[in-house]
Amino acid sequence: MKSVFVYCEVENKKVAEISQELLSAGKRLAQKLGCPLEAMVFGSKLKDISKQIAPYGVDKLYVADDERLEPYRTLPHAALATEILKKQNPQIVLFGATSVGRDLAPRIASVLNCGLTADCTILDIGDHFVKKEKKEYKDLLYAIRPAFGGSIMANIINWDMHPQMATVREGVMKKEIFDADYSTEIINIDVNSIVKDEDFIVKIIERHIEESDVNLKEAPIIVAGGYGVGSKENFQHLKDLADLLGGEVGGSRAAVDAGFIDHNRQIGQTGTTVRPKLYIAAGISGAIQHTAGMQDASMIISINNDPDAPINKLADYVIEGDLGEVVPKMIKYYKKNAK
Amino acid sequence: MRPLKIIVLAKQVPDTRNVGPDAMKPDGTVNRGKLSTIFNPDDLHALELALNIKDRVAGSEVIVLTMGPKRAADIIREGYYRGADNGIMISDKRFGGADTLATSYTLVKGINKLAPFDLILGGRQAIDGDTAQVGPQCADKLKIPQVTYVEEILEIRDKEIIAKRRLEKGVETVSSTFPCLMTVHGSSPDCRSRHAKKVMKYKYARTETELRSADEMLISLHQKRPHLTIPEWSVEDINADMDKIGLSGSPTKVKSVESVVLTSSEAKILSDSDVDIENMIKELIEHHTIG
Repeated sequence: MKSVFVYCEVENKKVAEISQELLSAGKRLAQKLGCPLEAMVFGSKLKDISKQIAPYGVDKLYVADDERLEPYRTLPHAALATEILKKQNPQIVLFGATSVGRDLAPRIASVLNCGLTADCTILDIGDHFVKKEKKEYKDLLYAIRPAFGGSIMANIINWDMHPQMATVREGVMKKEIFDADYSTEIINIDVNSIVKDEDFIVKIIERHIEESDVNLKEAPIIVAGGYGVGSKENFQHLKDLADLLGGEVGGSRAAVDAGFIDHNRQIGQTGTTVRPKLYIAAGISGAIQHTAGMQDASMIISINNDPDAPINKLADYVIEGDLGEVVPKMIKYYKKNAK
Repeated sequence: MRPLKIIVLAKQVPDTRNVGPDAMKPDGTVNRGKLSTIFNPDDLHALELALNIKDRVAGSEVIVLTMGPKRAADIIREGYYRGADNGIMISDKRFGGADTLATSYTLVKGINKLAPFDLILGGRQAIDGDTAQVGPQCADKLKIPQVTYVEEILEIRDKEIIAKRRLEKGVETVSSTFPCLMTVHGSSPDCRSRHAKKVMKYKYARTETELRSADEMLISLHQKRPHLTIPEWSVEDINADMDKIGLSGSPTKVKSVESVVLTSSEAKILSDSDVDIENMIKELIEHHTIG
């Protein structure tokens, strides 16, 4: 059947942020195609999980509830997903470009012998004319992603080996509730009829997951520092400014590598993607690795000694000067002028 | 502990730090000829992990397997310089333009020629695509378990291997039986440097193609020391199905590419003077950017 499918990640009865973003993006695609949105979720103690998923406008939800399915392991999840996808035969399947999605999706694509595009940042629907076949393919998935270290954007399509699958970067798709009271049909999967004992051959011995208290994605204002900040102590000034403005402090990969700031505050291609109202980049040169994760900020202020820093090209305000002087002045004049 | 046979999947990649739009062909695939190439960084980590296992389990064998154009023979030589025991190239124009699905099919056809094996190691991802797909796709086609994002091998036993995985929000320790496939995270130890003696020994290693244009001295050296000849496998050598390789075996196609130019907005250039900074703060408050 024609449909858009989303693989939902769940841990401790909570649907992952990325999966909520995917459900929203999936709904938008399904509406363009005029087809249903379906989702699958595999984990443990999922009795009420549909309450978190239905409001995104999910028409059908496949639930596999078994304590062996959490935490995530490749083989049992791959067995369940491929079985469902083979039977439902959707047009489009979306996964998060997370350590789970990037582990699972390629395995499934190999079984289904279909195309998979990694790390998309834009999804759309469009047509494509295949010259060799003299045939126009309608309503294909445009899976658009940065490539070559972010220097190009590539639109990847797959017209003949369906489903069209994609993993999508965290934080780039806008999360939106479709209908708080949406009614979803729930299909409970008989796990033992699909998953075999040998699918549990990889055993998890130990696991440490840090529950992050940092919420960069939701912060309206971010003050981010780069290697140019120079020390952990200097980062305190950025934190003071962020606290004053009601924002969060973040860092570039170079600042994280140098130990100035925690890795869970890293912004960029390998960290968090953010789109705040105001982004203050302090001592950040602006490698593509970094700008890929913050270029959608509504307003950007760059504070840098180097007038030619690449980030200045993105900025609305460029302050040429020393951080040690500029940041305290910003604090001072904010206090003076704010009501 | 019995010796292990380890295959390292390695890729020669364009150095993506310096790529312009002229490096793309009109069909959107990469014009590799225009770019300088390097040993994919994560694959070097995988090679180190393999060599580290060889250090720990005496008698183990490390084979570097690469798929690529003729000049990817550099990857095999580099592997030898750092301590690999063997190297094999899968190279044929007809493999060109492959996406991850066609690539994993091709690699697995090559791996099957090397079976039985205990462990397949590869980098988590290659910097020219960053997809991280080929490892899991190979594991599926080989019908073996996969352990992705490996940072460290904690223990090697006769029947199982215990590894630490680096996840985005933490770490996980897992065990797997043999054979299995692991992809190696960039947070694992850097690869050891070249070994001077091995460089002396293997700098004359050549593929059959390279030997065709070599001088007589090199040819006679290869006759005396056949291990210097790097095997080069074609479509026929690995018995690949033409429909499953290259462009025709690749479901994903590039429709279009756009180069990303940082847009030069009308930035206001300010000094660090009190006047400039106070005016900016006032503007931001006025526009309700900050409140």
